[in-house]
Amino acid sequence: MADVTIAAPATETAEQADHSALHRTLFIAMAALLVVLPFIPVVGYPFFLMKVLCFALFACAFNLMLGYGGLLSFGHAAYFGFASYVAAYTAKHWGLTPEVSILLGTVSGAVLGLAFGALAIRRQGIYFAMITLALAQMVYFFSLQAPRFTGGEDGIQAVPRNALFGVLPLGNDTVTYYLVAAIFFVGVLLIYRIIHSPFGQVLKAIRDNEARAVSLGYRVNQYKLAVFVLSASLAGLAGATKAIAVQLASLTDVHWSMSGEVVLMTLVGGMGTVFGPIVGAAVIISMQNFLAGLGAWVTVVQGVIFVICVLVFREGIVGVIGKWLKKPL
Amino acid sequence: MTTFRMNRRSVLAGAAATAFSARSMAQAQQPITIRIGVLNDRSGLYADLTGEGSAIAARMAAEDFGAAAKGLNVQIVSADHQNKPDVGANIARQWYDNDAVDVIADVPTSSVALAVNQITREKNKIFLNSGAATSDLTGSQCSPNTVHWTYDTYMLSQGTGGAMVKAGGDTWFFLTADYAFGHALERDTTAVVQRQGGRVLGAVRTPFPGTDFSSFLLQAQASRAKVIGLANAGGDTVNSIKQAAEFGITAGGQKLAGLLVFVNDVHALGLQTAQGLVLTETFYWDLNDSTRAWSRRFAPQRAGNMPSMVQAGVYGSVLHYLKAVAATRSKDAAQAMTWMKGNETDDPLFGKGTIRADGRKMHPAYLFEVKKPSESKGPWDYYKLLATLPAEEAFRPLSANACPLVRA
Repeated sequence: MADVTIAAPATETAEQADHSALHRTLFIAMAALLVVLPFIPVVGYPFFLMKVLCFALFACAFNLMLGYGGLLSFGHAAYFGFASYVAAYTAKHWGLTPEVSILLGTVSGAVLGLAFGALAIRRQGIYFAMITLALAQMVYFFSLQAPRFTGGEDGIQAVPRNALFGVLPLGNDTVTYYLVAAIFFVGVLLIYRIIHSPFGQVLKAIRDNEARAVSLGYRVNQYKLAVFVLSASLAGLAGATKAIAVQLASLTDVHWSMSGEVVLMTLVGGMGTVFGPIVGAAVIISMQNFLAGLGAWVTVVQGVIFVICVLVFREGIVGVIGKWLKKPL
Repeated sequence: MTTFRMNRRSVLAGAAATAFSARSMAQAQQPITIRIGVLNDRSGLYADLTGEGSAIAARMAAEDFGAAAKGLNVQIVSADHQNKPDVGANIARQWYDNDAVDVIADVPTSSVALAVNQITREKNKIFLNSGAATSDLTGSQCSPNTVHWTYDTYMLSQGTGGAMVKAGGDTWFFLTADYAFGHALERDTTAVVQRQGGRVLGAVRTPFPGTDFSSFLLQAQASRAKVIGLANAGGDTVNSIKQAAEFGITAGGQKLAGLLVFVNDVHALGLQTAQGLVLTETFYWDLNDSTRAWSRRFAPQRAGNMPSMVQAGVYGSVLHYLKAVAATRSKDAAQAMTWMKGNETDDPLFGKGTIRADGRKMHPAYLFEVKKPSESKGPWDYYKLLATLPAEEAFRPLSANACPLVRA
């Protein structure tokens, strides 16, 4: 009896050490890949890569809530899109430097997340999802109706890429790519850290059995709100970065279909995995990009891939690979 | 910079250098390769109006011009921007950066068009817009690299608003889609109606996008205005016209004025529903002999569908651009734009016209009324001409233009 109780944690820590070693290797590989990507033909087009990275960060932020908090939000486009408007507006009309614009965008995502989260976490399951959707639609209609701030349906065009910190010019796409890559990498590392902290453990406990977490004395709602705000801020970070990188902010980013797209990315890549949403975003954005010539068939192909995903590998691409390796990725 | 690009660039540079030296050696007519990207909606709401039909129109322009015989090797590529500005911006950048595209044509949806407008200016290429409505393209956001060919919001309100009042429709009621585009159309049309001595009895804002317009239509009916202006677009317009027919509004003597309706919308609605609708276009396939001849060549390639004015605009703008390249023997954007603005346009679809300093293509606009089913002689016989507006009346005068190119 005593042997067992001692032995179990020992193997677990060994396993955990093994996993974190694997994760460390993967992160180093990812960093290396981010550095060399612009030099690879066909996919190495910096503008396309920036878009992929922004959406990958967005999907990771969404996954933090869905995969680790068990909260299905259907309104994540609100934080993503609103932050992109804030970043675009402040860069264009106030002439702020990119880092300040991105920071303000992130803060706006956090504030919105706090307000919406405080309302939404009072309900669970489908009601939670519907409340987030309804609040996100309010943001959409606000964006549509406030042409002075958002440019209405024309969006905010020609967002300037001002010099970073006021010194480093971002005129070159490749330079901007490295800024986006750095933001993405730091964002993903932060999410990884959150997941593997004691806070993350509690989140997973709440996801798996909320009643038990309550009975253990955790203030469940505070944890839920915290992860909601974190996820909204990171979605805001992604949106603000995208506005600077792509140089425009438009209604597409606050539309509900964007909320759906991020769910799709997360599920295709693998919900509740660290690297899944990144792969999912890369797959979906590449499809939209390289199949653009197919016209209407893009959405059909997307649908087919989603169906195959649900039927054949329900854990998503990375989830299945993780299963083969018998290691969480 | 990067290895793969060095390869690609050096190949391109090599090709350019060969072409250049060949030309400088004055060898006869080294072919110039021109790549034209037709960027539009190929899957959504504007797919019939633009879509593959615009690519066909561009190809027809190259054939009709006899590009190959004149030493131009014209390649047409096309893509779907899904009406999303970031998708459109992405494709435009990729085309210019990696795929050696020289010109982007068509681009419906104002937000996408404005994005492509900026990118084209940044990359110093040429943008021949036909599909977008926003008059900002030749106004506050005008660019030396852009030509706006077919129509714009100013012309729509001038055409439908002004000509309707002259035709006796002097009291108006608006159904306005509640977003910036709808507001702008209502505002501009109201100004025109009042200037012509008409009165606006009221307006109602409808949620965008909307499906049920019954209460708004009843208000419009009760206002007893002679004209009900539909300051909306796409699905909203189709829905409001259908429901107006169900309420018997046109049968009751009131006129519906569609501020942004295309021939393809009328085709989709059917004459029974759309009859009596008044609208403005700059091209109609059955306008004269040359438009008929061209459209009869176009239609078989599009499963019998007649061209829209947007597709006609792609043909006209590409044709004029090819003339510029053939004349200057150069793909340089500034040279081509100078030639295009300096020389009169002439094509079978829009007749003779000019391109102004702000990039606005000038041609007449036509006020049409949709025929009754009994008046129509066959498929696609939809419009009767009510009035023709000369270009100077149809489009915004240069003096009232916010375009920095004009003031300079």
